[in-house]
Amino acid sequence: MLRFALGSLLAFAGLAQAANELRFTLRSEPKTFNPLMVEDESSETIRYLTGGVLIRLNRYTQELEGELASKWKVLENGRRIDFELRPNVHFSDGTPFSCDDVVFTMERLMDPSLHSPVGDSFRSAPGAVEAKCVSPISASVRFPAPVAALALQFDQVAILSAHSLHKEAAVLGPFMFGDYKPGALLVLERNPNYWKKDSNGRRLPYLDSIRLEIQSNRELELLRFRRGELDVVNKLDPDMFDRLSSEMPHNVVDAGPSLDSELVFFNQVASAPLPAYKLHWFQSAAFRRAISDAIHRDDLVRIVYKGHARAAAGPVSSANKFWLNAALKPALYSEQVALDELQRDGFHRSGDTLMDRDGHRVEFSMITNAGNRVHERMLTLIQQDLGKLGIQLNVLTLDFPSLIERITRTYNYESVLMALTNVGLDPNDQMNVWLSSAQTHQWNPNQKTPETPWEAEIDRLMQAQAASQTAAQRKVSFDKVQQIVADQAPMIFLVNPNALSAVSPNLKNVTPGLLRPQIYWNVDRLYLGSGYVSQK
Amino acid sequence: MATILIRQLRKILLTALMGGLLGATLVRLGPGFGTDERELDNRLNSDSQQAIRAERASENNIAMFYVRYLAGLAQGDLGYSHSLNRPVTALLKERLPLTLLSLSYGVAGGVAIGLGLALVTVAWRAPGSNVVPALLSGLCLAVPAAVIALLFLWMGTGGRWAIALVVFPHVYRYAKNLLTAAYQSPHVLAAQAKGLSSLRVLLAHVALPAAPQLAAIAGISVTLAFGASIPIEVVSDSPGIGQLAWRAALERDLPLLVNITILIALMTLVVNSLADLALANRRPAE
Amino acid sequence: MSRAQKLAIAVLAAVTIASLAAGWIAPSYSAQFRESISAPPSAKFPLGTDELGRDRFARLLYGTRVSLLLAPAAALLSTLIAALLGGTAGYLGGRWDRLVASGIDLFLSLPWLFLLMAVRALMPLNTSPVASVILTFLLLGCLGWASPARIVRAGTRTLASSDYLLQARAEGVAPARLFWNHLLPNLKPILAAQFWISVPVFILSEANLSLLGLGVAEPLPSWGAMLRDLENYSAVLQNPWMLAPAVLLVAVVSCLKLLLRSEDPLPC
Repeated sequence: MLRFALGSLLAFAGLAQAANELRFTLRSEPKTFNPLMVEDESSETIRYLTGGVLIRLNRYTQELEGELASKWKVLENGRRIDFELRPNVHFSDGTPFSCDDVVFTMERLMDPSLHSPVGDSFRSAPGAVEAKCVSPISASVRFPAPVAALALQFDQVAILSAHSLHKEAAVLGPFMFGDYKPGALLVLERNPNYWKKDSNGRRLPYLDSIRLEIQSNRELELLRFRRGELDVVNKLDPDMFDRLSSEMPHNVVDAGPSLDSELVFFNQVASAPLPAYKLHWFQSAAFRRAISDAIHRDDLVRIVYKGHARAAAGPVSSANKFWLNAALKPALYSEQVALDELQRDGFHRSGDTLMDRDGHRVEFSMITNAGNRVHERMLTLIQQDLGKLGIQLNVLTLDFPSLIERITRTYNYESVLMALTNVGLDPNDQMNVWLSSAQTHQWNPNQKTPETPWEAEIDRLMQAQAASQTAAQRKVSFDKVQQIVADQAPMIFLVNPNALSAVSPNLKNVTPGLLRPQIYWNVDRLYLGSGYVSQK
Repeated sequence: MATILIRQLRKILLTALMGGLLGATLVRLGPGFGTDERELDNRLNSDSQQAIRAERASENNIAMFYVRYLAGLAQGDLGYSHSLNRPVTALLKERLPLTLLSLSYGVAGGVAIGLGLALVTVAWRAPGSNVVPALLSGLCLAVPAAVIALLFLWMGTGGRWAIALVVFPHVYRYAKNLLTAAYQSPHVLAAQAKGLSSLRVLLAHVALPAAPQLAAIAGISVTLAFGASIPIEVVSDSPGIGQLAWRAALERDLPLLVNITILIALMTLVVNSLADLALANRRPAE
Repeated sequence: MSRAQKLAIAVLAAVTIASLAAGWIAPSYSAQFRESISAPPSAKFPLGTDELGRDRFARLLYGTRVSLLLAPAAALLSTLIAALLGGTAGYLGGRWDRLVASGIDLFLSLPWLFLLMAVRALMPLNTSPVASVILTFLLLGCLGWASPARIVRAGTRTLASSDYLLQARAEGVAPARLFWNHLLPNLKPILAAQFWISVPVFILSEANLSLLGLGVAEPLPSWGAMLRDLENYSAVLQNPWMLAPAVLLVAVVSCLKLLLRSEDPLPC
């Protein structure tokens, strides 16, 4: 009885590992298994592991590769894309894959009532999307207007079966749904019908299964990795990375700066419930640039990120080599330069306090999400940096819904420290950040017409890059956007955190990339142990 | 007796439902209600953003929401959790057993340890027998529940034993006082003077008369244990009701929060009623 | 008074004096010595520095001040509310007693964590850390009355049926005078016990809130905020001085509990 109980305990704890099973965690319960409605990170992980796509962005080479589509062609200046599909491919339940499934998926995806974030990425203009079968193995999709980086968008579109009775459970990816214990565990089993084979003709994936435990406690996750109960830890915190690298130096991976940014922005909404004099400060580019100059980015990198980050120059990470405006450099910390800028804008020091031209003490608040230790530490450092200028910065951590309400509805905030997560490389992904009419134009959203000349210019340039025919032309426009952002500082970009992971030495064929998922982007070729490969 | 029981049950039910309504009102009027983190997703266009805001519109009128909820409750439908995208019934079915199991372990463990240490201190009266229990009890009372949970995490064991450590000091303290008073009562002294064995004195003359009050202590332990379960489940990532409650509060998930509030209210009311009943039975003996 | 209780008083007095004299002992809890991040103990930093280069010893002293001053204030508030509601319920009995009893049960089942989150989110943007922590403890005090009220109510009911009160009533003493002159003085031991029981409860509540990310605003330190460092257990093993806040918390709370009278009222 005791042995049975102990065995059950061990099995539940995951110590009894199935042969060739990859184990890592999801930070939260997946909100959906419908690949068209994926928005949270956990659901995105499931989609990546189970979904078959027509075109895949290779996370390592950052080149597009044909998956379910052996060939594709972008026509009509990005308005239409034709696919030649691979023959003899089947869903995990044996249902054959054909162009019907592509058409079905596109029709579902572009249904306006679905409000799919992936669907919205394709929606460059109103109007219906036409998807049709040219032959059983060729499909054509036509949009009402050109879509920038059209082929790249299909990396996020997992093809659904038009005919299978299992609906979303019938998948084309390397793994399919297995055991699911809500709140605790999801096991993905090897898809026996996965179309891909290795160079020796052996059917992929090599792994038998993937065990995903739902675990939000990062310390517990690290503990379990140390004990060998997990094979991968994604997105390690910098101090966890350092701890682990001192104990297990060969098990940690620092892939360099990620695409994500940490940034600060000020409230510039005219109708915000703030004193007029504060709004005036925040609407002054000189004030914003001075704040940017007063923040010690190198200290943020060194102290908060333990060196595992890079000071940011703008909205594009240094990891995004093509789209980065290389002429831009991160603002150098200089208290004097900041003070000079403020003085030119009418501010002055009175003892240890900074005052504006009307005699108001410069004091404002900065909010961020509670429970994020990295943000809390950054805020504390920024508080001290601005204190040297005589600015009283009050920091406030809020639970996420309260934060969202202030930023998107009541506009009852002064400044915010938050992260900008970039899923992809293309600047079109940031369209709704830079367009002044967009809801996520965070510092002053939903403008009927651009309220400043520089925002009008950004609108024009973003639309120009979306309509441009070549990447080189698009880059010219987007480089100008980055320059304007650097000059006007509506968002003060602080750092690009590095992509930090931990990998068990038992996991083979790992080649970490910069793009998510950094470690298991080639999950169909990963395997565990000393050369074991699935015979299934 | 049956009438009293029915009246009490009715009172419990009404109070619990009132608790649900108050809890829902609190959440509805609180900051951040109706927001969704998808509003920060810059891939979504304005139509989608508007659709997201409209999703929770049915919860804006709290009175109508609660009437609909009660109508659904009458048919066994507890509503739908938008934060976890699943029916609340299914969520509670999955998580309640885990919490009940943790609470059972925690309360049983806490009562066993507390009672055991109290007996050691009182019944055997060896010199210094109260030092170690008092120190242990004091230590566990002084450490926050979440820190105790962290300690168990480090050791690789579950949060349920953390609950036991939160509960046992209270059980120990009350049981010690109860048993001390019982041992000083005249009939026990008489039994000891007559030469009855320690075990017989303990079982027949101390424990038996004190049983209702000990039951009351066990009842209070349940409330203590549940209060501790929220930080413990959050820290140790245990997918129980405590973690669900925390999640529901963070995400302003009204259907989920209402149900959990009613569940907690029912538990608190039942436990307190039992405790009151036990103590009401004690009083005639004083 | 036992030797242990005398020792407890001495410890509490020493801690209180040290925290009140924090301004002289260790002037700044917020200064960041950025070249001495996570430094070990030294003459300059008796407990080393934290991950932002701040003096741990100074933060411990100031954090102690926050907890030792505000937790008793919160306990006083909750005891007063408990005395008012529980006392009148137990004394008057009948419908009012039943109403208060139901109210207590209802109150205990509400999602109080959410209320704390909500109040925090509703605070004006530029609330100073001191004001925010005072508000937090005040709120804890307003929320913490229910359990003591049950005990006060039970104690009052017992006292209300006691012989001396029956005699006073029989002699025609007015109800208000009965309550103030005869009942309340005899409730003092119960109220005092509840007060002292509540002080460590509120200290621990603040600690639990900090561990959930809802604690005191930076740069003001508190025991709870410093206890969050314990999540990094391997760092704690390598730097055991990080346990100082936990040790002090346990010592203070243990001393407070030692001072409680041993005749704890039974649960009701």
